Amino acid sequence: MSAPGKLDKALDWFDSRLPIISLMKHSAVEYPTPKNLNYWWNFGSLAGFMLVMMIATGLFLAMQYTPHVDMAFNSVERIMRDVNYGWLIRYLHMNGASMFFVVVYIHVFRGLYYGSYKPPRELLWWIGLVILLLMMGTAFMGYVLPWGQMSLWGATVITNLFSAFPVVGEHIVTLLWGGFSVDNPTLNRFFVLHFLLPFAILGVVVLHVWALHTVKSNNPLGIDVNGPQDTIPFHPYYTVKDFFGIGVFLIVYAVFVFWYPNVLGHPDNYIPANPMVTPPHIVPEWYFLPFYAILRAVPDKLMGVLAMFGAILILFALPWIDSSPVRSGTFRPWFKKAFWLFVIDCFVLGYAGAMPAEGVWITVGRIAAGYYFLHFLVILPLLARFEKTLPLPESIAAPVLKGTAAAALALIAFIAAPGPAHASEGAALRQQSWSWQGAFGAYDEAQLRRGYQVYREVCSACHSMNLVHFRNLSRLGYTEDAVKEFAASYQVADGPDDNGDMFDRKGLPSDRFPAPFPNEQAAKAANGGAAPPDLSLIVKAREGGPDYVFSLLTGFAPQPPDHELPPGKYYNTVFPGNAISMPPQISDGVVEYADGTADNAEQIARDVTAFLQWAAEPELEERHAMGVKVVLFLFVFTALFYALKRRVWASVH
Amino acid sequence: MSADSMKDASRRDFLLHAATAVGVAGAAAAAWPFIDSLNPAADTRALSSIEVDLAPIAVGMAITVKWRGKPVFIRHRTAAEIAAAESVEVDDLRDPQPDSARVTKPGWLILVGVCTHLGCVPLGQKPADPRGDFGGWFCPCHGSHYDTSGRIRKGPAPKNLEVPQYTFLTDTTVRIG
Ligand code: FES
Repeated sequence: MSAPGKLDKALDWFDSRLPIISLMKHSAVEYPTPKNLNYWWNFGSLAGFMLVMMIATGLFLAMQYTPHVDMAFNSVERIMRDVNYGWLIRYLHMNGASMFFVVVYIHVFRGLYYGSYKPPRELLWWIGLVILLLMMGTAFMGYVLPWGQMSLWGATVITNLFSAFPVVGEHIVTLLWGGFSVDNPTLNRFFVLHFLLPFAILGVVVLHVWALHTVKSNNPLGIDVNGPQDTIPFHPYYTVKDFFGIGVFLIVYAVFVFWYPNVLGHPDNYIPANPMVTPPHIVPEWYFLPFYAILRAVPDKLMGVLAMFGAILILFALPWIDSSPVRSGTFRPWFKKAFWLFVIDCFVLGYAGAMPAEGVWITVGRIAAGYYFLHFLVILPLLARFEKTLPLPESIAAPVLKGTAAAALALIAFIAAPGPAHASEGAALRQQSWSWQGAFGAYDEAQLRRGYQVYREVCSACHSMNLVHFRNLSRLGYTEDAVKEFAASYQVADGPDDNGDMFDRKGLPSDRFPAPFPNEQAAKAANGGAAPPDLSLIVKAREGGPDYVFSLLTGFAPQPPDHELPPGKYYNTVFPGNAISMPPQISDGVVEYADGTADNAEQIARDVTAFLQWAAEPELEERHAMGVKVVLFLFVFTALFYALKRRVWASVH
Repeated sequence: MSADSMKDASRRDFLLHAATAVGVAGAAAAAWPFIDSLNPAADTRALSSIEVDLAPIAVGMAITVKWRGKPVFIRHRTAAEIAAAESVEVDDLRDPQPDSARVTKPGWLILVGVCTHLGCVPLGQKPADPRGDFGGWFCPCHGSHYDTSGRIRKGPAPKNLEVPQYTFLTDTTVRIG
């Protein structure tokens, strides 16, 4: 065995000059860890994993993204449609933000329950809070980058928070914007900061781990480690356990990425930013909702902003607020109840933050916001003084608590469950069953071709589809020649030629679908002041998706006698406000199908909806197919690490 | 060590190796989408052919068109230039190729206008440009001389100017790519 000997020598030579190997060994292999950590302690390493995931996906997105107000939205759509696996990288990043917050919030609540902020871990706790604040800033700025309606208006609302401060407020806001509204300079600097901050977070995470390894891990009993009999080396015990945890977590993450990628977002963000129109319900991402609820609970602008910031800053004072010498909630019967009430309160705040600020939700939000501060300012200090705690065990070696992974997962599922964020107006949608739903859902090519026929012969007279190119039609099963023929049947403006003149030429497969109007003003002028929206993303940009589009197309009805209709509008049962500018277009026989499909209005509406769904999510089939493979793989991965974990831990239990 | 604990240890080792192998394979597979995202995207690939109208180019004239972000030289060669290109002793060339292998119609020479040395654009397209010692192109960066067939004759470049894939759609239109 001479080769390993040589390798060891080489490593020793290296290590005696730069002790990075012994540092790694010391902190990731030998690190003496309490032997009784439960599954709630997995969330620290999961957070680290997510940080790496976000930086990796973010780097590759940044290589394709254009931070300019005229191009940002389309550059994101190019990533979704044209860049190889771009949809995967973007959905990993977009849903990764939510997953990161789920993991970090659980990590924080674990610290709250087990008293991980108490001496000697105060600094560790504060560094963690700094990471949380940096994450919030990074997430907020990241949400601005796709430059959809929620990006723009979220940025406007959040930056305007600073205007609440007297005297300097307005100046701070102007400085943040680099202009007089959220505009190109804002987008540009947010991109730079969104790129920079994750590396700052990485640096602070190093401090967090350093501090952790100095004061050592807390544990579910909250008592100090007595000696080596209470600890086990980090590797292999906790490395194996962490890998198992990552496997379970990745399955949840994958379900979102491959099947519900937009369920945590807002349809409005698939509408390009428009500084002249605010969406009807401005709601931040779910991870900000509790704080948003606190902001809205206070009827005064400055006080609301202070309360919102205070809700986070108060966590810094926790080591003094809760001065009970007993760390773990396990031995504090009243604290335990207060803790769970506080958790419930945070969920109530989140729910109230998602609802429109009207009626009962104002009261609910106020009570919940009040209770949030009551918990910290009254309940915890009182408990610290008067609570009779249970006797603490002598040592860790005695009891080892059982894991609660199932509870943690249930929590993820609960948080992630499609929120109540959007109050929908109008009549109930007509739920249809579509071929692309379900784990293996795919498009029906014949239906897509019929839908394209409907778009071409009916919708395209008024609606553009700027993000769809003729070349994309090959996905509907058309041959290359047929695609060329479709393209060539249109005249496309091009130029300038060598003489400087613009000219018309036949369309090419690489051209986008030509728009019916040369610009938005012309579209408005020709349509009674309401420009027909671009249809490329319409299914993704509307609450209810395909069901909404289908219900709208079939939702025209005679005007009820008691309903006032403005001139030039048509009565529609599902359109918000029931008055739509689009006249009914879909009727029996409006197109004639070559394949003999019945051409009644319902069928035509369903077909064109399917086509629009495909236009909005051309990657869907690839996504589902890959998702099935990924999840199968993850089951094998997780099962193997679970079995290994049991073997490795057999001697400890 | 008892037989039981030996068995346990070997089972554990097996699990360890299996889990590690699966983990490494997963990480490797996960890397591919990231790497592939750096390859040309679908919109870039879709633009990789262009059609050029040759009718306005008189004999002796040349035009430069852009294809895949690079200049493409199209020269309508004179009879003298064709004769010069065809009469060269192929075996003496650094990158031996007969003129007939570099054109489909002798009158039309179509080349990627990128020097095979280190990627500069050679001169010789405009009437006033220097064309080097062999009447074709001259690369000013490090002094490569190309002949009227775009073959390297003198200077540091190792290869002839590249001939792109093209087809004549009609007598006067050509599709490049
Ligand atoms: S690049 Fe042309 S000679 Fe060097």
